[in-house]
Amino acid sequence: MHNSSRTHWLQPLLPWLVPLLLIALWQWSVSSGWLSNRVLPAPSAVLKAGWELLSSGQLIHHLGVSFQRAALGFVIGGGLGLALGLITGLSRWGESLIDSSVQMIRNVPHLALIPLVIIWFGIDETAKVFLVALGTLFPIYLNTFHGIRQIDSGLREMAQSYGLTGWALFRDVILPGALPSILVGVRFALGFMWLTLIVAETISAREGIGYLAMDAREFLRTDVVVLAILLYALLGKLADVLVRLLERVWLRWHPAYVRSSS
Amino acid sequence: MSIQGSRIHLRQLSKQFQQTPVLQQIDLDIQAGEFIAIVGRSGCGKSTLLRLLAGLEQSSSGLLSIDGKALGEVGQTRLMFQDDRLLPWKTVLDNVGLGLKGAWQDRARQVLAEVGLSEKAKAWPAQLSGGQRQRVALARALIHQPHLLLLDEPLGALDALTRLEMQSLIERIWQEHQFTVVLVTHDVPEAVQLADRVLVLEAGQVALDLPITLTRSRDMASPEAVQYSAQILQKILRPTSVTGLHQSRLAS
Repeated sequence: MHNSSRTHWLQPLLPWLVPLLLIALWQWSVSSGWLSNRVLPAPSAVLKAGWELLSSGQLIHHLGVSFQRAALGFVIGGGLGLALGLITGLSRWGESLIDSSVQMIRNVPHLALIPLVIIWFGIDETAKVFLVALGTLFPIYLNTFHGIRQIDSGLREMAQSYGLTGWALFRDVILPGALPSILVGVRFALGFMWLTLIVAETISAREGIGYLAMDAREFLRTDVVVLAILLYALLGKLADVLVRLLERVWLRWHPAYVRSSS
Repeated sequence: MSIQGSRIHLRQLSKQFQQTPVLQQIDLDIQAGEFIAIVGRSGCGKSTLLRLLAGLEQSSSGLLSIDGKALGEVGQTRLMFQDDRLLPWKTVLDNVGLGLKGAWQDRARQVLAEVGLSEKAKAWPAQLSGGQRQRVALARALIHQPHLLLLDEPLGALDALTRLEMQSLIERIWQEHQFTVVLVTHDVPEAVQLADRVLVLEAGQVALDLPITLTRSRDMASPEAVQYSAQILQKILRPTSVTGLHQSRLAS
């Protein structure tokens, strides 16, 4: 049918074809003068800016600062969301007590709190970590809660008739049963994490990728601005790859997550 | 290794959900090591009876004792469900060892061999066929060396050939271990093939209690087997008056 040996090595390259063509088109439109350098610098200029910042050590510094904020906020917000989700998921009392309050707070767009957060915490680290934590709490909370509630009641009944209670029931049935849903929550949370961080850093920061972009704007360095945007995209992709990796390890029992290799 | 099967006694056992009576004053004695099949239409209460025996439901009134003890103190009863209820995130071996402590791995491999699934020990449940999954569920029950095995239509979802295989597997294991079995099914020939006694449940009462005296293993094409099946089917399809109920008790 097909020449399988030829299609085989072309296959992995195929997804890159469109992005590569777009970049080539972009480069061509700038170098031909059709697109002003002010509007959009050429890809080569962005690369050059990246290289300069990298060799001066600034890039690593700002990346590190942003990553730290994101990670700290995610751990705090995600941890709280997981804990609250476990409480409401595992106990009807917990649900009645906490769930409706959490749902109400969830409906406030957390970025709308920025003026208040600046008054509370000023413009230092705490404000950014707080916002990131707030952004990541709810997706993980919701998915943990629903993950636990949608576990097949037949499995619980079976486990109880085999003498599993308390911690053993949680470890062997509830947590693994809720895990696919929790990981979906983690993915959503990671998306919110970067989004929140970008906004927070753009408004007020003295270091970090957002600061890099805003500082470059003052000097009309569009190449650095584009670089910052690309960095955010790269970090988002990286986080996504990480979760996929976790899914592949933790959900290897799940037919939907098994690598579709032959 | 042979195990002493459980003796079961029901006296005036009733169960109702809200106002609806599901089981009405059932009297029943089951001998140790006996294989009982319960048949009946949907909603006749047969699954409820099984869940009472398993301790998953509480009776509304009456007495239920297993080996002379009230329910709740007995840990030697295992229930096989309609669906296999394997934990999808545990390997076959870990599913069999569910809830066990200490070094259970060797025993788990042993019961897996008994149900003919040694080579699947490391597989995930999602990788097995329906029949294989039910065999794992059977192994999971067997590892506890139950005195009473309750089967709630465990073969209902299987294809005809797999059913036949599972039936002879269950019969073989029962003969080997000599535990008591209560099988709920709506497959009448299956009941006749496997059971020492077939009970027909009708509107929450025992409408027929029929000992099957054929020698094992039974040829379901034999005239006697066909006769038994016909007799039971007739009972299920044609609801009886109270006099008919008495007659069938006298006959047995």
